[in-house]
Amino acid sequence: MDALLLARMQFGANITFHILFPTISIGMGWVLLFFRLRWLKTRDVDAASAQGWLDAYRFWTKVFALSFALGVVSGITMSFQFGTNWPGYMERVGNIAGPLLGYEVLTAFFLEAGFLGIMLFGHGKVSERVHLMATFFVAFGTTLSAFWILALNSWMQTPTGYEIVDGVYHVKSWAEVIFNPSFPYRFTHMVLASALTVAFLLTGLAAWQVLRGVGQRAAPKVMRVGLTLAALAIPVQIMVGDAHGLNTLEHQPAKIAAMEGVWETERAAPLLLFAVPDAAQRRNHFEIKVPKLASLILTHDPEGEIKGLNSFGDAHPPPLPLFFAFRVMVGMGVLMLGVSWFGWWRLRRAQWQPAALPRVLLWLFAAMTFAGWLATVAGWFVTEIGRQPFIVYGLIRTADVASKTATSGMIGVTLALYIALYLALIVAYVTVLKYMAEKPDEVLALDAAEAARTPLGAATSPVLPAGSIT
Amino acid sequence: MSWMSFDTALPIIFMALMGISMLVYVVSDGYDLGVGMLMHRATDAEKDVMIASIGPFWDANETWLVLGVGILLIAFPRAHGVVLGELYLPVALMLIGLTLRGVAFDFRVKAKDTHKQTWDRLFFAGSTLAAVSQGWMLGRYVSGFGSGWNYPLFAAAIAAALPMAYVLMGATWLIMKTEGELQRRAVQWARIAWAPMVVGMVLISMATPWVSDVVRERWFALPEIIALMAIPLMTGVALLAVRGLLNSRAVLGPVCWLPFVLLIVVFVLGFLGLAYSIYPYVVIGQMTIWQAASAPEALKVILIGVCISVPAIAGYTVFSYRVFRGKTGELKYA
Repeated sequence: MDALLLARMQFGANITFHILFPTISIGMGWVLLFFRLRWLKTRDVDAASAQGWLDAYRFWTKVFALSFALGVVSGITMSFQFGTNWPGYMERVGNIAGPLLGYEVLTAFFLEAGFLGIMLFGHGKVSERVHLMATFFVAFGTTLSAFWILALNSWMQTPTGYEIVDGVYHVKSWAEVIFNPSFPYRFTHMVLASALTVAFLLTGLAAWQVLRGVGQRAAPKVMRVGLTLAALAIPVQIMVGDAHGLNTLEHQPAKIAAMEGVWETERAAPLLLFAVPDAAQRRNHFEIKVPKLASLILTHDPEGEIKGLNSFGDAHPPPLPLFFAFRVMVGMGVLMLGVSWFGWWRLRRAQWQPAALPRVLLWLFAAMTFAGWLATVAGWFVTEIGRQPFIVYGLIRTADVASKTATSGMIGVTLALYIALYLALIVAYVTVLKYMAEKPDEVLALDAAEAARTPLGAATSPVLPAGSIT
Repeated sequence: MSWMSFDTALPIIFMALMGISMLVYVVSDGYDLGVGMLMHRATDAEKDVMIASIGPFWDANETWLVLGVGILLIAFPRAHGVVLGELYLPVALMLIGLTLRGVAFDFRVKAKDTHKQTWDRLFFAGSTLAAVSQGWMLGRYVSGFGSGWNYPLFAAAIAAALPMAYVLMGATWLIMKTEGELQRRAVQWARIAWAPMVVGMVLISMATPWVSDVVRERWFALPEIIALMAIPLMTGVALLAVRGLLNSRAVLGPVCWLPFVLLIVVFVLGFLGLAYSIYPYVVIGQMTIWQAASAPEALKVILIGVCISVPAIAGYTVFSYRVFRGKTGELKYA
């Protein structure tokens, strides 16, 4: 295989592995803040309820810590791979990408240097107000981190606000670089994707606990929060996704043509429910289509025109992966809508007691624990593969910035190592989450050990009542 | 100062920031990695205390590496490609090592007891792989990525010496943060690691001028050599003081922090010596910081963020070390 494709696969493998964990931590930070505020609100009125919120907070803090650690280690890899895989990229757009990446690093740093350590290990060592503030800043910081990185990613899709001097890109207007045409859509879409991923993770693990008959204090609350969040976020996400699609049609029509498998420019284009796009023969096999629907969805007009792949020469992305990734994402979205609304309605009818739900529904929730990951990764495949063959859309080709020194043998060997490592870590992550869900009391008992670890912690007034540990 | 000269000064500011980030990384993650490499010598209960002693810090420590490489990436984009292109394989191995070490931290406490041993082994393996790779990278970088039989030998020597330095850091960290039997064993570990580290440092100090012309010209010119002698002399004194402390019983008492602090001094001195050898190059003998730097406009935008963040980061780091100061107690599982 050629070095360019291997380099792309390596970067793609790493970025795919990386995005799994920020997707969880962005939304989870705010959910943790919510759990904590609920505990503060209920602890003087309803001890049993407060205990449930506290259990939820402490259990999910551990999930957050694990996800954050995986995000950090895979993020470090990325900061190196820019240089090892795409040395020409920073040479040419460094003046734009540099500051944006710099702010992302500084923001993430900001968090890790102070707040995260205090949030995770500071129980009983700092005042409650400081601890609450630390939790807020961790949530805020993960979101701010996403802001910077999505500004850069969106700029690569829809570049504006730059000028080129001797082949090197310089900033003309930072406002135009950051708030480039696709940024508001992509940022909102990603934050909602994170909310949905977290919502289904909460619901799924809580359902698993109910099925196993453990964690009964927290599971009903967690499932209610998860399903409510999902039911609220999914319709908004579908609307934002539609708006994002229209934005893409305006700025990156080749991406849309590949997503929809449209080869020739046509009016009243049918929506392909299924097809196998064939880039070699430049046609589709096995089409199942609904007349005029693609034009209706994309242009909001049944007779609207959609440009075909053939009108872009070779400057279009490969249709096969886009076509399927897009359908996986949309399919997951529709499934999420059905499951969250039906599930929320059933849970409400069961007076928010998940134990009263039919077991098949609990199994469905558990099966969808990582549904958000699937939809998010499929969505990123659409947007990132859809930018090819460019690294900065319409301006710089990926092939022109690839490393000239790294041989395909070297990239191939390291790619195999990375993939083996990432697969093992995903298996370990899912296994540990399942184990933690099944033994919540043991997990919560770790806090007791942590509190007992430093004599200092025992001496100052504990934030969390010692009696809360069972 | 006119704007023109400020533009010229910008790359120097970023070079200094990058250097300091790397120094803080080597010192702070150095003790983390050192503790990781000592793991296999400890009992299970001691492992828990060792991990607990670095638990609140490692994450922030590792971020200094991101900041250092980040500055290389965003302020010196041309050098980032050259340096990381040359170091492609060791970088990949280091990243795999750091990944294993980082995730083992979180997994080992959450995993089933039967899996805990596996994570502990991966913790040790990851720490060692990362430390050895970093040593190799440092060796290749300092010798300007030269080719010839002596260059890989030089890099291999540093790849062996740097982990020893980290082990010594880790052991003195444990002397400072623990008590009782573990503290006594940490003194033993430190004694064992001291000699190889010193031999490594001496070898490197002698070999660096041999493999690099630039370094030789820098150090062996009169009258600079007289002023420069302060660096190796102070390093020697600090290392001997560490040895003296390790041999006395006082190290178990109120001065338990001193060997660790003295080693930080040794690292700072080594860093100053290295900085003097390299400046103003970012790729030795090939590319100066001005040739590698981004446009001044871009550097100014980054500098604003740096001026806001770095003092805050320093403040939080101090706060965090204050909150988690003192001895790390026994970790008991309920």
